[in-house]
Amino acid sequence: MEVTTPVRTLPYRKLELYEPEGDMLTLQLGPQHPSTHGVLRIKLHLDGEKIIKAVPYPGYLHRGVEKLCEQLTYVQMIPIVDKDDYIAPMHNEQALVMAFEKLLKIEVPRRGQWLRSLLSELQRVASHIFWLGTMSLDLGGALGGGSTNFIYCLRERELILDLFEELTGSRFHYNTHCIGGNRHDIPAGWAAKVHDAVNLIRARLPEYEAMSCNHRLFIERMRGVGVLTGALALELGITGPNLRASGVDHDLRRDAPYDAYREIPVNVQTAKEGDCLARTHVRLAEMRESLRLIDLLIDGMPTGPINSSRPAKQANQIKIPSGQAYASLESPRGELGTFVVAGNGEANTSPYRLKIRPPSLHALAALPYLLVGHNVSDAVAILGSLDPIMGEVDR
Amino acid sequence: MAETILFYIFAIGVLFAGAQVVLRRNPVHGALSLVACFFFLAGTYVLLAAHLIAILQIMVYAGAVMVLFVFVIMLLNLKDEELGTPRRTIWKGIGLVSVVGATGAVAWRGLGSAYDSVLAHGAATQLTDMAKHTLPGAPFGSLKAVAHAVYLNSVLPFELTSLLLLVAVVGAVVVAKGKI
Amino acid sequence: MIFAASLAAAVVIVVLSATALALWYERKLAARMQTRIGPQFVGPIGLFQPVADLLKLVQKEEIVPMGADRVLFALAPPLTVIFALAAAAFVPLWPGVAVVRSDVGVLLVIGFGGLAMVPVWMAGWASFNKYALLGAMRAVAQSISYGVPLVLAAMVPVILAGTMDLDGITQFQATHHWFGLWPIIPGLPAFILFLLAMLAESNRIPFDIPEAESELVAGVTTEYTGMQFGFVYLAEYVHTVVGAAIGSVMFLGGWDGPFAPGLHWLLLKTLCLFTFIYWIRWTLVRLRADQLMTLCWKWLVPAGLGLVFLSAAWNQTGWSR
Repeated sequence: MEVTTPVRTLPYRKLELYEPEGDMLTLQLGPQHPSTHGVLRIKLHLDGEKIIKAVPYPGYLHRGVEKLCEQLTYVQMIPIVDKDDYIAPMHNEQALVMAFEKLLKIEVPRRGQWLRSLLSELQRVASHIFWLGTMSLDLGGALGGGSTNFIYCLRERELILDLFEELTGSRFHYNTHCIGGNRHDIPAGWAAKVHDAVNLIRARLPEYEAMSCNHRLFIERMRGVGVLTGALALELGITGPNLRASGVDHDLRRDAPYDAYREIPVNVQTAKEGDCLARTHVRLAEMRESLRLIDLLIDGMPTGPINSSRPAKQANQIKIPSGQAYASLESPRGELGTFVVAGNGEANTSPYRLKIRPPSLHALAALPYLLVGHNVSDAVAILGSLDPIMGEVDR
Repeated sequence: MAETILFYIFAIGVLFAGAQVVLRRNPVHGALSLVACFFFLAGTYVLLAAHLIAILQIMVYAGAVMVLFVFVIMLLNLKDEELGTPRRTIWKGIGLVSVVGATGAVAWRGLGSAYDSVLAHGAATQLTDMAKHTLPGAPFGSLKAVAHAVYLNSVLPFELTSLLLLVAVVGAVVVAKGKI
Repeated sequence: MIFAASLAAAVVIVVLSATALALWYERKLAARMQTRIGPQFVGPIGLFQPVADLLKLVQKEEIVPMGADRVLFALAPPLTVIFALAAAAFVPLWPGVAVVRSDVGVLLVIGFGGLAMVPVWMAGWASFNKYALLGAMRAVAQSISYGVPLVLAAMVPVILAGTMDLDGITQFQATHHWFGLWPIIPGLPAFILFLLAMLAESNRIPFDIPEAESELVAGVTTEYTGMQFGFVYLAEYVHTVVGAAIGSVMFLGGWDGPFAPGLHWLLLKTLCLFTFIYWIRWTLVRLRADQLMTLCWKWLVPAGLGLVFLSAAWNQTGWSR
């Protein structure tokens, strides 16, 4: 899809030329605020309660991960990037490892590929269901119906985290992806537990839908709010569910298939409206699709090794002399990519430069466009519906 | 006895809050003092067993009207610089003397005899005296008495007033909105 | 006089301890709804949790923000409690007994409920905080707007019973029928309307936009700490408890009930309404400010006017007597 006319005119209107109806007020939403999903600051210029200009200021969670990776070896940095997108660590690891494998021209064995896709889909379900919880929290508040839904959603996320814990020994810093494949193979009886968890979540999903996106109050808050057009989304580089909710049919799992997606077709979920409600529907549909994929992946899991070689045991074991590569995958938030320039110093155990392309940062770029004209309550709903993870935005 | 104590509490409250309305430089304080003044005034109405008048005083004046008042003041948000420095002029002295003098004269001329009887018989007898002059079965200031007065004796002026208020509301909207 | 004073003291103590119990009850209820257990360590089944919370709040430092209006800032929290408690004085406890019996009891109750927004506004303005100010502005706008359907809904039992005396309304229901049950057409919708407006007046979800945590941090209570915050928090619960009591008096017959009429029936009905309010609270998400106003002025107020008209018509038929 070609974008010819730039749509970047609306939000940067001059405040001096604006004629306020009510009182002008500058409100700093964040960085310490209950619903900025971490530490984001949005400078809101309000006319009464109506937003006339919004400027997001990310950077409060900057930990210098990319710079740190220049000092760490290729083996050491895998658990570090777990903390980038702290809702979906699996995808961080995999995106990093895929870039290294591309440089080293290592092919992951078929079982390893399927295992990666399985973990990716499980993590996607966990991430989306967590998002549903926080979205309800944004709308319903910490002391209300929102928190009820939030705790229900966390309960389902626990099911998946328990599975991960059994597989990798950790609930968060999995460190299960390594260059050339995976570190942990499926334990005995794990497949049955995956099926149980998937069936349980599938059975409970209608309950949460009844409390959230099928509920009248929820719909009233979400419909027509924060409409993101497909053209604007493409121009800003927005990917993932936010893009698909704006009517652009794009999914790396289908359009640039990797791992098991080369063999299993993915039904890409889209919506046309581009508002908060559409984003909710897309995420819920994606969650259902992921549950379907998990069943297929676990049933069709091929036999064989999960790694092309034995996983690295020493920190400086992996050496990449030179070259650069970009690899990306479809994370729950969109295209998560890693660009790596290899060759740092004599040892060649660290990259010269590493850049992570976080989908959430691009989603935040839409805020100045989406918030204008809405009021403060909607600002929270719109921010929540974009599903930004500050750990990933600031790195 | 308790009523007398309460009366003095309320009366002092009314006077103090009323003075604050004028003396406070911060307009928000002044407006809130006026709320307090209305509230204490409602207290004295309760002592007169006129619950309806008391609650109307609270709901209409202290509640709706005053809050809108305070809103306007707050939104205008006068700074200290805009208020200017406090000055003591001869006019303020003249104003004070004339207000006190006029109020005292009116009180003495108009209510002097009533004060005498209160001093002689106490407030309670005064109340029963007043009750005798109203509708049978409906004491002064009661719901029935007020309803009788408003909806039977003077229903036409009452309805005309509400019509006038409607016109005022429409006018306020037109003036405030600019373009509709 | 002495009887009334001691009754007033008793009511204050009862309402405050009922509020403490309500805090515990709500936390337990919410926990059960959320597959949690709730407070369980302080006292038997966590019953003394509110006491522990209170002790914690009392110990905390009270911080006055720089630039705040110190007098109003300090004055507002106690006033919220006083106004919330004042409405409890008019609730008929058992036949013929209330702390204050007044022929305009209904108006007094609603008036004190509406007056509670003055200290809320004071708190918001004095805090010198934009979130608090926005919260206060929302609170006042909401309170003024929802006062209208609240009064209209309360007019229905007044017209049906022919009195504004709360005890008189209960007496009428005891000798005839509860207004929540019969006449079903102005009665039940008026009850629902009353509940909705009361939820809005006491800032409960789905109408809790003045203190919407996800938007305004904590609304007017943002800058309050320690016991100052405790007062505002307490006032909210007192408001809800008293509101539930008044709802049960006006529409569910108050102290009237089968077998032995008395205080226990009032308490039971209040508890039921309270549970209902908190059931709603822990289920729904909140509305937006403009949707709130739309709901009030475009739906609830016309509905209230219609109900007042219907109840007057019902009175003219004479079937109720």
